[in-house]
Amino acid sequence: MNTHEIKLPSRIESVDAAAEAADEFAKQCGCGDECVYALDLAIRESVANAVKHGNKFDETKDIEISFIESGDAIEIRVRDFGTGFSVADVPDPTDPENLLKSNGRGILFMNSFMDEIKWENPPGGGLQVKMRKKL
Amino acid sequence: MSDITITERQAGDVTILDLNGKVTIGEGSVALRTAIRRVLGEGKSKILLNLGGVGYIDSSGIGELVSSFTAVNKEGGTLKLLNLTQKIQDLLAITKLLTVFDVYEDEAEALASYN
Repeated sequence: MNTHEIKLPSRIESVDAAAEAADEFAKQCGCGDECVYALDLAIRESVANAVKHGNKFDETKDIEISFIESGDAIEIRVRDFGTGFSVADVPDPTDPENLLKSNGRGILFMNSFMDEIKWENPPGGGLQVKMRKKL
Repeated sequence: MSDITITERQAGDVTILDLNGKVTIGEGSVALRTAIRRVLGEGKSKILLNLGGVGYIDSSGIGELVSSFTAVNKEGGTLKLLNLTQKIQDLLAITKLLTVFDVYEDEAEALASYN
């Protein structure tokens, strides 16, 4: 099993830093272009959510990211230390009444490009998303 | 250095913005917003966004396309899209925004549609 962990500050620049780390890890694991793109998009959306909606740009709180290769899949875990939220309460961005809203599509992209997604409230607070992509 | 460059061209009364690079959270989205506001501020409200050079877009970039669309509509204008890459087309399909935007593959055809 191949793993890599990083901690990033709660600022927008961390989105690019996380994506670079994901690209490097994915390529080490032999991911093809489609897999690399999916992981890149999913980590950008999840880290952006963690910075904006989780930690609310509070730079005293980190974003913790783990990359885990387990034979047939890559799992990415992104954790913030905010107050958490219920994914079920996020409005469907494809509902006609939400189509012209300027935000709210990140979770849709994560669900569309990853094979499995789980949301958890880990001990110690915050929200963690676990995303798996089959190799 | 910015991840995106936006170049303006004029074709009759249609303003074409050629985008090259990434439209992502932060600089890319802000650059697009600034360009649209500037063009609208100059009284130009027929806008064609050429996305042929956009290799990457995220949900923030897609959101900025929607904000641009609504800002231009509010001014009584029209914003259309040209030269979508396959990736952008896929994201617009997933978000059902292909039903919102007028999309063209040919610049001459896009320009003719404004008349």
